[in-house]
Amino acid sequence: MSARTHMPVGMEAIQERGRLRAHKYLLLRRASQLLFLAVFLLGPWCGIWIVQGTLAGSLTLGVLPLTDPLILMQSAIAGHWPEWTALIGGVIVLAAYALIGGRVYCSWVCPINPVTDAANWVHRRLDLPKGWQPKRSTRLWVLATVLIVSGTTGVIAWELVNPITMLHRGLIFGAGFVWAMIIAIFVFDLFVARHGWCGHICPVGAFYGLIGAKGLLRVSAANRTACDDCMDCYAVCPENQVISPALKGKPGSTPLILSPDCTTCVRCIDVCAVDVFKFTHRFDDKVAAPTDPVPAPDPRAARPI
Amino acid sequence: MPSEGTPLSPQRRRFLQDAARASGGCVVAGSLLAWLARDARALPAEALRPPGALPEKEFLSACIRCGLCVRDCPYDTLKLAELGVDAVATGTPYFTARDVPCEMCDDIPCVAACPTGALDPALDNIDDAKMGVAVLVDQENCLNFLGLRCDVCYRVCPVIDEAITLETAHNERSGHHAMFIPTVHADHCTGCGMCEKSCVLPEAAIKVLPARLARGSSADHYRKGWEEKEAKGGPLVEGLIDLPDRLPGPGTDNLAAPGGFAPTYDLLGVGQ
Ligand code: SF4
Ligand code: SF4
Ligand code: SF4
Ligand code: SF4
Ligand code: SF4
Repeated sequence: MSARTHMPVGMEAIQERGRLRAHKYLLLRRASQLLFLAVFLLGPWCGIWIVQGTLAGSLTLGVLPLTDPLILMQSAIAGHWPEWTALIGGVIVLAAYALIGGRVYCSWVCPINPVTDAANWVHRRLDLPKGWQPKRSTRLWVLATVLIVSGTTGVIAWELVNPITMLHRGLIFGAGFVWAMIIAIFVFDLFVARHGWCGHICPVGAFYGLIGAKGLLRVSAANRTACDDCMDCYAVCPENQVISPALKGKPGSTPLILSPDCTTCVRCIDVCAVDVFKFTHRFDDKVAAPTDPVPAPDPRAARPI
Repeated sequence: MPSEGTPLSPQRRRFLQDAARASGGCVVAGSLLAWLARDARALPAEALRPPGALPEKEFLSACIRCGLCVRDCPYDTLKLAELGVDAVATGTPYFTARDVPCEMCDDIPCVAACPTGALDPALDNIDDAKMGVAVLVDQENCLNFLGLRCDVCYRVCPVIDEAITLETAHNERSGHHAMFIPTVHADHCTGCGMCEKSCVLPEAAIKVLPARLARGSSADHYRKGWEEKEAKGGPLVEGLIDLPDRLPGPGTDNLAAPGGFAPTYDLLGVGQ
């Protein structure tokens, strides 16, 4: 371990590459989130109708229907078989995310992500305790519950509380008390449970994790031999349990982060000063040869983190 | 299966504990959600769904709250319910007749825009829409009921003379005028709300209500004798004797008042 280990999270990367490049993917991600919001807002705010509707269902340029597949699924379970337009839209979205993979929706599209990211940023600044940490599988249980309740009540259940579509719709059509809900999530993530909402509860994230599980786009710790154990990637990763199998895997194991929980936010690439991680596809499981003439001590690989 | 008394292995105990905790949490969360779902079905009476909307219960299983119907309504009739502001299931489309009624577009753009079928695409003639039923709820303040000629609700109705007619009745107050009573015929009323919107009173005397509130229903086995008789073209039971009707005045068994009926006591509010 070097002295650099004790520097604040992300500092080395900033020293190494400059502030801008050390936040490259973060900035790209914010731009993408903004873009997805902006195309929906251009219509109501500026009268430029590229996209109509909301994340739940939209029509782009008057021809391309897109529908939230999880909402459609609840609708079908609740007893309504949607018309073709909605079904086609759902299939397009489903196929896109299944192909791209990971929880790209979470990090690059979802409007709640900046909120929970902000909560986590403050959380790290204040050095607060982790708080309540239910199992990572909780969100799968929530997902199952949502589907069951949709079936038993005949109402699209998650849409009664879904902060994602509520916030999105609120910005486009008028918010009512949605802001209270957003504050609640922020406070929950800040004081009650670190990474509480996106990491443990949100069934939408769980859903996209499941459908993107076999997708193409992956982060790989290809250069893992260069890792100097600064632990910065663990500090910034919203799902840091996904890193160890790839980064600390035994020689010969895949460096790809294959867990469906990875949000593909690629903060790990940004924050790593020695460029361990890279964006790649799921068939690229090459591990870079160690550049260090003195090989890293092996016991590291076996140490559970 | 461990037999009785055999302690569970720690892993097994832990697994069972976790499973119990998870399912417990799910039952609690699920019940809360189900309670919200039940609440969501209570649509306030002033909130009308767009044309072609499925019955409320099915509507909530079908509408994904995308707002495409709202966008394509040229008259800005429709709104999406806002959380905590409108007492309508959040995000679902509705309109308030007194604010902006439905103009009954011929091409029904709201239905065409709906991707899910929550607004039934089978509705191809806007005159068949059933958003609600107009009811003249306040006969005490309706100007026509006072014997004046307002007629506004009647005039503005897009289905004039079918959905709403003016039925004449004797004006008891003046004694020699007619009253023109706005009368809604539910079979033809689409519930567009033009009448409610246009009512000249500060608070509309005619209101569009959801059918569940506006209408009663006739029992299946009821038959209207006069209709049956007309359909048959003769009396339903042969050989019935038609007794003379009891009339007031001389020559009848009403001996109290020759030429008229005299009550034995004064009815309150009945002027003589
Ligand atoms: S977990 Fe849910 S709220 Fe969080 S980013 Fe993903 S979809 Fe959005
Ligand atoms: S592993 Fe990297 S890309 Fe995946 S969630 Fe963590 S920081 Fe984001
Ligand atoms: S029929 Fe026309 S006015 Fe009425 S709700 Fe639909 S789009 Fe709007
Ligand atoms: S277009 Fe259909 S699914 Fe979308 S909000 Fe309107 S009724 Fe609901
Ligand atoms: S709501 Fe009123 S205006 Fe509309 S069809 Fe019925 S009676 Fe006519």
